[in-house]
Amino acid sequence: MILVLDLSFRPGSLSAEEFVGPVDRIARREGKATLIRHYTDIAPRDLASVDAAILCGTALADFGYLGRLERFAWLPSFPRPVLGICAGMQVITRVFGGEVTPEVRIGMAWHEVIARDPLLAGKGRFEAYELHTLSVVPPASFRTLAASASGPAIIRHRERPVYGVMFHPEVRNEWLIQRFLSPIRPGPGNEHEADEGERAR
Amino acid sequence: MRLGVLFSGGKDSAFAAWRAMGKEEVACLITVVPSNPESYLFHTPNIGLTALQAEAAGLPLVSVASAGVEEEEVADLFRAVSLAVEEHGIEGVVTGAIRSVYQATRVQRVCHDLGLWCFNPLWQRDEEEHLDEVVSSGLRFIITGVSAAPLGESWLGREIDPAALGELKDVARRYRMNPAGEGGEYETFVLDAPFFGRRIEILRASREYRGDRGMFRIDDARLVAK
Repeated sequence: MILVLDLSFRPGSLSAEEFVGPVDRIARREGKATLIRHYTDIAPRDLASVDAAILCGTALADFGYLGRLERFAWLPSFPRPVLGICAGMQVITRVFGGEVTPEVRIGMAWHEVIARDPLLAGKGRFEAYELHTLSVVPPASFRTLAASASGPAIIRHRERPVYGVMFHPEVRNEWLIQRFLSPIRPGPGNEHEADEGERAR
Repeated sequence: MRLGVLFSGGKDSAFAAWRAMGKEEVACLITVVPSNPESYLFHTPNIGLTALQAEAAGLPLVSVASAGVEEEEVADLFRAVSLAVEEHGIEGVVTGAIRSVYQATRVQRVCHDLGLWCFNPLWQRDEEEHLDEVVSSGLRFIITGVSAAPLGESWLGREIDPAALGELKDVARRYRMNPAGEGGEYETFVLDAPFFGRRIEILRASREYRGDRGMFRIDDARLVAK
C-alpha cells in the first residue's frame, strides 16, 4: 500500500485532481494499492499500514503546507521509502533542517544528474516540468543527485531512501515514480538499494 | 473561491467548469477569440458562440479579441484574465488542459503574474477514461473541426454519444491518435451540459472539407428548454 499524500490547501480541493490524481494513477498502473490522505488527516494507523509514502505537489499560489510543518513531524522517524514532489520536497527539506528560498520556475527545463543513485541509473541529462516559486537549500543529511538552473532538482537522504524531487515527474517523467515504486513490496524487506555514493565511501 | 473558467466552448473546458462548480464558485467564463484560425493557444471553430453557451449556463462571459499570433496570445490572455478580475473579482482561473504543457505553462505564468490561483482539474487524465466520464456526465457535444486523416468529413457535426465514442476510441487506437484530440486532431462544441439551464439547438450550419481538414460552422443557433 502506497500513501499518496495531498498537500493542497484543503481536503478534496480542486488542486488534488491536478497534483494527487496523476500520481495516484501512476501508482495504480504499476499495480500498487494506494491510500490517499490529506496531510492534515493522517492517523498513526495509516502510517503503520503503508509500505511507502509520496508527498504530492500543489498549486503555485498554495503555501499552506509550509505553515503547518508540525503535521509532518512523523517524517523523520517514518521507516519506509518517501518521495516528496515539489511542495513535498520543500516539506522534507524543512522537516530535516534545510531551508526554502524564493525561485520562480514555470515550464520545461533541462536537468543534469550529478551523483549516482539507483533511482537515476542510466540517466544523464533530461527535460522536466518545473512549476514552483520556492527552491531548497538541502539539509546536511541529504545529498543532491540532480540539478537544474533553478537549483537542486533531486535530493536524497544520505542513509535512507527519502527523496525530494523539485520538478513534476508525473508530467513526461513517469519513469521516476515507476522506479521509486518498483522495489516496494508489501511488508518488511522492501527497502531501496543503498545509495551508491554512500556505499563507495 | 471565485473562479473564472477559460472557456473555448469545447468539451474539455466545459467539463473543467463542471468539475470546478462542484468545489468552488464559478463567477464567469473567459474566452479569447482569435482572428487567426491557426491559433496556437486558443480553440477556434465557433468560438463566437461561447456567448450563447454562457447564456445557457446563466454565467457572465468575459470575451476579448486576439490577433492569434504566437506569444502575443499570452498578452491577450493576460488582458482577458485581468478583465475578469476587475469585473467579477475572480481569485483564480480554471483550464481544461489535459496534456498540453505549452498551454498549461502559459496560463500558469499569467496567473502567477496576476497573483491568482490556477487549477487544471483534468491534468494528466487518461484520455479514454476522461471521454467516458465526459459522455456519461450528460455533457452533449459535436465535432466541429477535424485535422487528422482518419477523421474524415463524416465526423463533422456528429454528436459524440456512447456509440460514436466507441468508434472514436477505435480510430484513435488504430491510428495512434490522441483520443481526446489534445494534439488538435479534432475540435468540439458543447450543445448541453449538466450546468446549462437551457440547451443549444442548431438551426443552420455549413461544412467545409479540404485535404485532411474540415470545419463544421454553426451559422445560426438558439436556446431551447431542456
